[in-house]
Amino acid sequence: MSTPSLGISLEPRSRVEQGVSARILRFLHLDGWLLAGIGGVLLLSLLALYSAEGQQLNELFDQVARMLVAFGALLFMAQISPVWLRRGSPAIYALGLVLLILVLVTGDIGKGAQRWLDIGIRFQPSEIMKLGVPMTMCWLLHERPLPPSFGMLLLAAIVIFVPAGMIGIQPDLGTAILIVLSGAVVIFLAGLGWRYIAGLAALAGAAMPALWLVMHDYQRKRVLTLLDPESDPLGAGYHIIQSKIAIGSGGIFGKGWLNGTQGQLEFLPERHTDFIFAVIGEEFGLLGALALLLLYLFIVGRGLYIAAAAPDTFSRLLAGSLSITFFFYVFVNTAMVMGMIPVVGVPLPLVSAGGTSMVTLMAGFGILMSIQTHRKLVAR
Amino acid sequence: MARTLRIKDHWREQQLFNGRLLAAIVIVLGLTGVVVARLVQLQVGQYDYFSAQSSGNRIRVQPIPPIRGLILDRNGKVLAENTPSYQLEMTPEQVPDMADTLRRLVASSILQEGDLPELKEQIGSRRSFDTVVVAERLTDEELAAFAVQRPHFPGLEIRARLGRSYPFGTAAAHVLGYVGGISADDKKVLDPAEYAGTTHVGKISVERSFEADLHGTSGHEDVVVNVHGRKMQVLDRARSLPGRDVILTIDMNAQLAADTALQGRRGAAVAIDPRNGEVLAFASTPAFDPNAISAGLSRRAYIALQEDIDRPLFNRALRGQYPPGSTIKPMVALAALHYGVVTPERRVGCAGAYSLPGSRHRYRDWKPEGHGPVNLYAALEQSCDVYFYSVARELGIERMGGFLETFGLGNLTGLDIGGEQKGLVPSPAWKKKAFRRPADQVWFPGETVIAGIGQGYLLVTPLQLAHATATVAARGQRFQPTLLKGSRDPATGTIEYEAPRPLPPVPEQDPARWDAIIEGMHGVMHGPRGTARAVGLNAPFQMAGKSGTAQVFTVGQNEKYNAKDVEERRRDHALFVAFAPLEAPRIAVAVIIENGESGSKAAAPIARAVMEAYLQGTT
Repeated sequence: MSTPSLGISLEPRSRVEQGVSARILRFLHLDGWLLAGIGGVLLLSLLALYSAEGQQLNELFDQVARMLVAFGALLFMAQISPVWLRRGSPAIYALGLVLLILVLVTGDIGKGAQRWLDIGIRFQPSEIMKLGVPMTMCWLLHERPLPPSFGMLLLAAIVIFVPAGMIGIQPDLGTAILIVLSGAVVIFLAGLGWRYIAGLAALAGAAMPALWLVMHDYQRKRVLTLLDPESDPLGAGYHIIQSKIAIGSGGIFGKGWLNGTQGQLEFLPERHTDFIFAVIGEEFGLLGALALLLLYLFIVGRGLYIAAAAPDTFSRLLAGSLSITFFFYVFVNTAMVMGMIPVVGVPLPLVSAGGTSMVTLMAGFGILMSIQTHRKLVAR
Repeated sequence: MARTLRIKDHWREQQLFNGRLLAAIVIVLGLTGVVVARLVQLQVGQYDYFSAQSSGNRIRVQPIPPIRGLILDRNGKVLAENTPSYQLEMTPEQVPDMADTLRRLVASSILQEGDLPELKEQIGSRRSFDTVVVAERLTDEELAAFAVQRPHFPGLEIRARLGRSYPFGTAAAHVLGYVGGISADDKKVLDPAEYAGTTHVGKISVERSFEADLHGTSGHEDVVVNVHGRKMQVLDRARSLPGRDVILTIDMNAQLAADTALQGRRGAAVAIDPRNGEVLAFASTPAFDPNAISAGLSRRAYIALQEDIDRPLFNRALRGQYPPGSTIKPMVALAALHYGVVTPERRVGCAGAYSLPGSRHRYRDWKPEGHGPVNLYAALEQSCDVYFYSVARELGIERMGGFLETFGLGNLTGLDIGGEQKGLVPSPAWKKKAFRRPADQVWFPGETVIAGIGQGYLLVTPLQLAHATATVAARGQRFQPTLLKGSRDPATGTIEYEAPRPLPPVPEQDPARWDAIIEGMHGVMHGPRGTARAVGLNAPFQMAGKSGTAQVFTVGQNEKYNAKDVEERRRDHALFVAFAPLEAPRIAVAVIIENGESGSKAAAPIARAVMEAYLQGTT
């Protein structure tokens, strides 16, 4: 199966004749389909950012530079074979843990939130854990028979909740939840019995009131605001109201590129970061938003295909969990921007401005590509 | 160690994984469905709602105030206009170094050191792109000084604003009124849409009464603003239409003559054209400076005006109520002729005093030795009081008062600026209502007697007196006094004139009777024994007039005057009414000088000055 437009093929090994581009891709251990999907989203991202950042080209160039760095991370990860990834997983996890402790001890205390570590470049250790936790989970599970035993589950809980808890008290609840989710996805894919899942879901439901008690005031306010944004239209509800106006007023066809009044006239806050989806909804309308969602689904679908085709447990679990977690990022951000869940400060993956999360995401895609392209080297 | 070792079953695990992958795909598609459903709900279902919200966010309607109409006199002289005043405005965000800029503004003495705290507070409290007024009403020198340094002051600009100005200053202040900031009370009656951008509104007199004509039609500008309120783009603009120019009946020559002659006095002069009721002059002194009030007086200055003992804010011509004194006599004489109480020739003996039958109280004539036997003509010419005491008793208060009321006394004249007083024509019925003690409610015959010479309870305003005099000049024809000659469309220049508004005439048709009293009034000015013959000397036209002197009974309560002031303020009020030319009267005047003592000496020259000024300027 080859698509003439891209000149790359889904099953490179099955064909004798290969185009030049396919050979380059294979040499670089890249997956053409995934690359195409990512490229499409990044292109849309640049369009939306140019509009959201007040048509400042230099801001756009900064973002392109970040994209290139992130692509470097992708390229780097794609070269490392899954075997080495597996062997390195505990080390990555340990490094992440040490850095998280460092943040808690020495991190920027000034702003009330301690997320950053200044080591030449400012850097969030929690980003390492976005990959470290699922990798270590897969490492833990790959040798044991599946579904996992109860003892394994307890071990897994420790692996997940120690870093998640440390991130949660930074406080960065959004990232903490996503890390818990990424670990949970691994266990789910590993085949945890449905009865366990139901029990855990019930436990999580019971834990909600407890979570409420440990939440900071601003976090509680976000939850309350979600339930009734009009109660505080200029304060906590402002983000949600303005973003709903932006998306709703976009209609089916949108107001046109650079013509979104909510964004251009600065009514929409955080429009180049967490609320960029509202800019897309306003300027490109329902059609634009659906196109973006389709691109995302395409990426997730390709990731799940790679997982299904992966030769060993570790690769399978990791590819599956990375793809599904990526989808959760998309869901959490879009649902938040449309006022369906509280504002948790999760960027729209690959589209929001900012380098840190993109490097992590692209590194994740590098792992997916590595799994896809190193298949024959891995022994069953 | 009996422990079952679970062996990895790769095929089973692959099956398990594939099943979970399928479940995951279902979840992914399900959640995507939720997102899509929400998108459709917002962008299709609620599109109209959010679209309106989005427009409401960014579109603002900014009013454009109209330019206020001019006020002109009957000959086109400008009485009120809009003149630019220059002010220095600052846009803080365009000022590179605020502290340094302010320091240099003080150094070049455009600002005072003392203004700084308030200015800084203003700059702090506004949005950085909103202009702040740094200095108002710049003088030409300040303008020139700043213009030279302008390149060194980025972010500062000179702007012109239209302010109301009155070229004649105090001379027509009471008739024109002034404008002022829109108050909470004004807002109750003004259309908020029309006045959205207007800062000033007419407060009293012509400026207030003709507000609807003068104001014009407000325009508006629909602009797109960003979240900070900054104007980004103009969508639509509707120009404002300037207000109509109001043309008054006032003749500025007559007005200036009246105002000049009244200077230094407390008094009023009103002149009316007897042929149509047009008010030619309407002066009241002392007056205020409408330019200063319209520009905005300090609280202290305003209180000083209000508490001034001479009451410059009091419109005496409109609201001052005075006993008319002898100026009432021509009308009383006409009443006597009308009811057949006297004939023009019938003589009444005057020995300097009058007593009612069966009473010993003597009502004195102003001339202690008496006028001898006088007929109607002589009684008017010499202002014989005894003649009118006698006539009044024979007429009775009901007939006399009723006849005076047909001249408009005791009622509002209906002048088009509001606020006038009614004056008072007394009657036994009135007295019953006005007093509480039964002993005071009785009408005494003596009160009828003194009413015959315009004393006692009788009160008139200068406007009423001028109107009554104009009615005499027009031999009973009455017109509602008006200040509005017409209004002019500023764009086309077309003038719409107002028609005279006739009132019910005085019910006396016999020309001979009118001739009799007018002859008597002519004698006052030109007769050998006329009380104002000195004023009638060498006049370029023949006049008819009547002097009056009214006793002052009370000094205002709750007011502290020093002894000298009290003495001055107990003197009689001086009054004079007149019209000219005798054959075909074109102007009738009433003049009142508070505490002016003698009508013929203090008030009559003013009446002549006004008539001369008007008649020389017209044909």
